[in-house]
Amino acid sequence: MYSRAYKSLVSIPPIAWVGAFLLLPYALMFVHSLWAVREGVIVHQWNWENYKTLFTNALYAEVLLRTMRIAASVTLCSILLGYPLAYYLAFHAGARKELLYQLVIVPLWVSYLVRGYAWKTILGSDGVLNGFLQYLHLTHEPVGFFLYSPFAVVLMLTHIYTPFVFLPIYAALEHIPRPLLEASEDLGAGSVQTFWRVILPLSMPGLLAGATFAFVLSLGDFLAPLLVGGPSGTMIANVVQSLFGAAFDWPLGAAISVGILVITISLLFLSELLEKRWAFK
Amino acid sequence: MSASPANPRQELPAGSAALLEVRALAKRFGAVEVLKDISLNIASGEFLTLLGESGSGKTTLLRLIAGFDEPSSGEIWMSGERLDLLPPYKRRVNTVFQNYALFPHLSARDNVAYGLRVKKVPANELSGRIGDALRMVKMQDFAGYRPSKLSGGQQQRIALARALVNRPQLLLLDEPLSALDANLRKQMQSELKSLQREIGVAFLFVTHDQEEAMALSDRIALLRDGALEQVAAPREIYAQPATAYTAEFIGQTNLLRGEIRGGIVTCGALRWPLDQADGPVIFSLRPEAIRICADGKPQTSEAKFRASVRQQFYGGSSELLEVDCGSAQTLRVRIPAHGPLTGEHDFVFSLCDAIRVRE
Repeated sequence: MYSRAYKSLVSIPPIAWVGAFLLLPYALMFVHSLWAVREGVIVHQWNWENYKTLFTNALYAEVLLRTMRIAASVTLCSILLGYPLAYYLAFHAGARKELLYQLVIVPLWVSYLVRGYAWKTILGSDGVLNGFLQYLHLTHEPVGFFLYSPFAVVLMLTHIYTPFVFLPIYAALEHIPRPLLEASEDLGAGSVQTFWRVILPLSMPGLLAGATFAFVLSLGDFLAPLLVGGPSGTMIANVVQSLFGAAFDWPLGAAISVGILVITISLLFLSELLEKRWAFK
Repeated sequence: MSASPANPRQELPAGSAALLEVRALAKRFGAVEVLKDISLNIASGEFLTLLGESGSGKTTLLRLIAGFDEPSSGEIWMSGERLDLLPPYKRRVNTVFQNYALFPHLSARDNVAYGLRVKKVPANELSGRIGDALRMVKMQDFAGYRPSKLSGGQQQRIALARALVNRPQLLLLDEPLSALDANLRKQMQSELKSLQREIGVAFLFVTHDQEEAMALSDRIALLRDGALEQVAAPREIYAQPATAYTAEFIGQTNLLRGEIRGGIVTCGALRWPLDQADGPVIFSLRPEAIRICADGKPQTSEAKFRASVRQQFYGGSSELLEVDCGSAQTLRVRIPAHGPLTGEHDFVFSLCDAIRVRE
């Protein structure tokens, strides 16, 4: 066995890392959330005012609610796209499986910003989509709501997070022993019944992991609303960003961040709980 | 092409009607011919075993009947209905899979209920049938357990109940006992046999274990490289093997290669009279057909040879000898427990025990 000294020695780097880059920033954030700003200066005056503002000011609740709605839409759309894709690849792609898998993964290597600007180019008033619609004479003037709307944010985030949803679902489907599907058929179930009774329950942990990815990552996203969201597509992270930037109200920004953190951690905890409930070993 | 009269051993036992008919079935995977021209009948209530080495095509044949693979040519009929055109979920056969393939997310009870729920069997009938099925395999106390909490033998029982609860006319079993340890396997063999007698469902049982096949089956279909080598009752296939392969695969034997000339068989040091045409011959002579001849005087229907004992393997109630008849000819002899033996002895065997076989 390893000596005590060796064990303490190897545990120093991870502890130092987590301490310096995770625990310390979180502690600082939490401390800031309990301070205040007086005449443009942060004063170390302990109070709960920032949290009161967070709960009483309708603006923040509205943005937070919209953020959750967008995150939920992104999650739903990513599942609706990612699950069938994963299902097809796992069960019916045959020899094309490897190629298709790579094609799903490749966009992950393209910069987030590039993909964001690509959507701007597609959705803008003189963008590809509007140009195409007018070319077909389906519309006579540019459609405005394509860009700078919650719709655009959902579209862009769905595009970005679908591979994240696809991957765990695909892994779960690949791990279903094929004899189980034969057993289901043998017992009289057609492919639809087999899907509902065997495939879906057994892929639930993967589905849940993917949904958690999409929801949590969307919840904290600020680039998509910045690029394609417009005023009606503002999300909670943009509020935090402006509070730390132009508005110079770090304490309130920190309080909102703590709120998001609590939501995120609760979600992860819940998802962990459900995943355990659905994990069949 | 069905049940070709050229090989009468494929016919059913007298007086029984065919439940399943396999007609000239063949299966190719790419260029590989896995099954060649298989014709085989299974009677209602029969316990038929597909026996063969790995790669002989026995599991493929089972999968064609279950519907998991499609035949390249040939037909499968069951009770007057063309089976091979139906999808697996419409066939009235059920399968016990090699590694049970129990649904891990369902309890033992829900596994058993699966087929009935899929067929929308009413709830009041459902619970009665599930209870009966669980009792039949003595698993009623484990109904609420997930498969991962059950031992191999218990999983085996649930797999059986899950298949039989659907009241199939034919149950397909793909090496169901191969994952169990030796003692449990013996016990399950006995239970499987009595269960099969009790419920009267035809079993098509796949195994590579010839002892298991002998102990359980009404008939054995021996497969070799995708073709049927011989189909017969265990006693017949042991006593009257048609080919050298069958004789060696089922039990132990001595294959004697030699020739007949002028009514005399010569196989190395062994010679005996036989009134058949001249030519090369192979005989199968089981080790237990040979005995030590203490007084050196054989009966008229016996052949005698002299050989020296090279090895002796003690086996409790019997012992196996390897004897050297000279000129590099070694025979195996099984005798009742005797005590240490050395040196040269006279051995005899009944002429009718030397079974002439094809290559």
